[in-house]
Amino acid sequence: MILKGRAWKFGDNVNTDEIIPAKYLVTTDAKELGTHCMDGIDSEFSKKVTKGDLIVAGKNFGCGSSREHAPLSIKGCGVSCVIAESFARIFFRNGINIGLSIFESKEAAAGIEDKDEIEVDASRGEIRNLTKNEVYTSKPMPEFILELIKAGGLMNWVSTKR
Amino acid sequence: MGYTITEKILLGHTDVKKISPGDFIECKVDLCLGNDITAPLAISEFERTGAKKVFDKKRIVLVPDHFAPAKDVKSAEQLKVLREFAKKHQIEHYYEIGRMGIEHALIPEEGLAMPGDLIIGADSHACTYGAVGAFSTGVGSTDLAAVFVSGRLWFKVPESIKFVYRGRPNKWVGGKDIILFTIGEVGVDGALYKAMEFTGEAISYLSMDDRFTICNMAIEAGGKNGIIEPDAVTLEYVRRAAKKSGRKRYKVYKSDKDAEYSEMKEYNVSKLEPQVAFPSLPSNVKPVSKAKHVKVDQVVIGSCTNGRIGDLRLAAKVLNGKKVHKDVRAIIFPATQSIYLQAVKEGLIEVFIKAGCAVSTPSCGPCLGGHLGILAEGERSIATTNRNFVGRMGHPKSEVYLSNPAVAAASAVKGRIAHPEEVI
Repeated sequence: MILKGRAWKFGDNVNTDEIIPAKYLVTTDAKELGTHCMDGIDSEFSKKVTKGDLIVAGKNFGCGSSREHAPLSIKGCGVSCVIAESFARIFFRNGINIGLSIFESKEAAAGIEDKDEIEVDASRGEIRNLTKNEVYTSKPMPEFILELIKAGGLMNWVSTKR
Repeated sequence: MGYTITEKILLGHTDVKKISPGDFIECKVDLCLGNDITAPLAISEFERTGAKKVFDKKRIVLVPDHFAPAKDVKSAEQLKVLREFAKKHQIEHYYEIGRMGIEHALIPEEGLAMPGDLIIGADSHACTYGAVGAFSTGVGSTDLAAVFVSGRLWFKVPESIKFVYRGRPNKWVGGKDIILFTIGEVGVDGALYKAMEFTGEAISYLSMDDRFTICNMAIEAGGKNGIIEPDAVTLEYVRRAAKKSGRKRYKVYKSDKDAEYSEMKEYNVSKLEPQVAFPSLPSNVKPVSKAKHVKVDQVVIGSCTNGRIGDLRLAAKVLNGKKVHKDVRAIIFPATQSIYLQAVKEGLIEVFIKAGCAVSTPSCGPCLGGHLGILAEGERSIATTNRNFVGRMGHPKSEVYLSNPAVAAASAVKGRIAHPEEVI
């Protein structure tokens, strides 16, 4: 799978209150959540982003609450994947569980600038910066996580085991 | 090589015979938790699988506490989803408004979290129950749905960091100050994916309420779980709590002497001052003496972090016979109905009302910017809650400072951040 789009760059410790403030947690609809994505940092984000665009961030992306509404809102506004230097633990689980593509790459987080054109080869974890003509690698997913992704997410994996 | 307490509990809940950090294992879950924000998502995922029955109606806890009592029509709809699911599946531990409490205060109080248990909660502060010597961690809604179906969940065995606290904490210094200081030292991702094991003589001086506060905020350092080995204080607490749940058996685990830790951190807390976390990260910590210039508009005392009876007693001690500053509104949230009742019996609520505080029914309320005390643009609150991220309590241009209940109460009187000794 190839993901392609513009990069939207954010800093370290982007937390779930910024990704989707609590006042919007009165729904579980990904599309509706998507209209408020990143509201805590940039209230215009969901209007500016186009389908396929990527979020690129620093350390500890998605820290704070366990709200799955955070990765859902990112998916809901059309973002194709999140690349970060590191992810907070619960966000990492949630991303895998709901099928949001996430890539951990220190070099990509450092090298990619806002609005760079990026192409990601999801199966190989290869991140290409088309604007700067650079290639970054992402940390390979553990085998168990790949198994979950291959099964189509946690619920499918659980269903196959029942 | 020996095992840590965290590893021993995980090992006790899985089929494999030995584990080491980094291993992916599947574990049996003793108890799982959802609230009015996270459970509706889990319920729809559960139903999507076509499952007709939950794995065990006695091992699921559902608590309407975030937007409860319902703050608007949409949240009323979410609360209804929770209520109807609880009814349909005869969930034993569903707590209706009027009988509920903030989940992380309620679960241990009801005797549902016991030493040696493996507990997951679709709420990041589910790490609180580590204070009774359980392994407990926060997960997402889909994880919760998987447990509803199977009673099992996958875990990556975490490395452990051992925190050793020496000395005896000063008067006015408690669990909140120790954990804020620690987060200030290691940073908000200092324990990312790791178990935080809190040890040392300073911990043994602390009440269970203080220990819950410490484990509650492990997530604020990125930790997977916080945990404290049970001692006499723990066992006395669980003996009383078990009377409510009727739980008879539990298992006390302790770390082996030759257990392996990825890091050891040692602090002497005997000279520690009360701590205050400045906006907008819980790691932005300073001693209270460096915060006295900060004026506040609102004071919040409560939450899963500091809404227990010991916290209310501390606040009342400071507020007794005093008045809340004319430019400040102070709002107090007893964390559970039992705590509320106890506070009524001890005369604490009278102290609060005479001082000019608002006292609310248990709710997460303003901690997550939900309701019952949202901040306007430019306003500032000191709160005994757990997060001070941008916009956490309301407007993106409002500010939250985190402290212990005595500092928050003193600040309510002074109208600026204050040390309790300035008031008493």
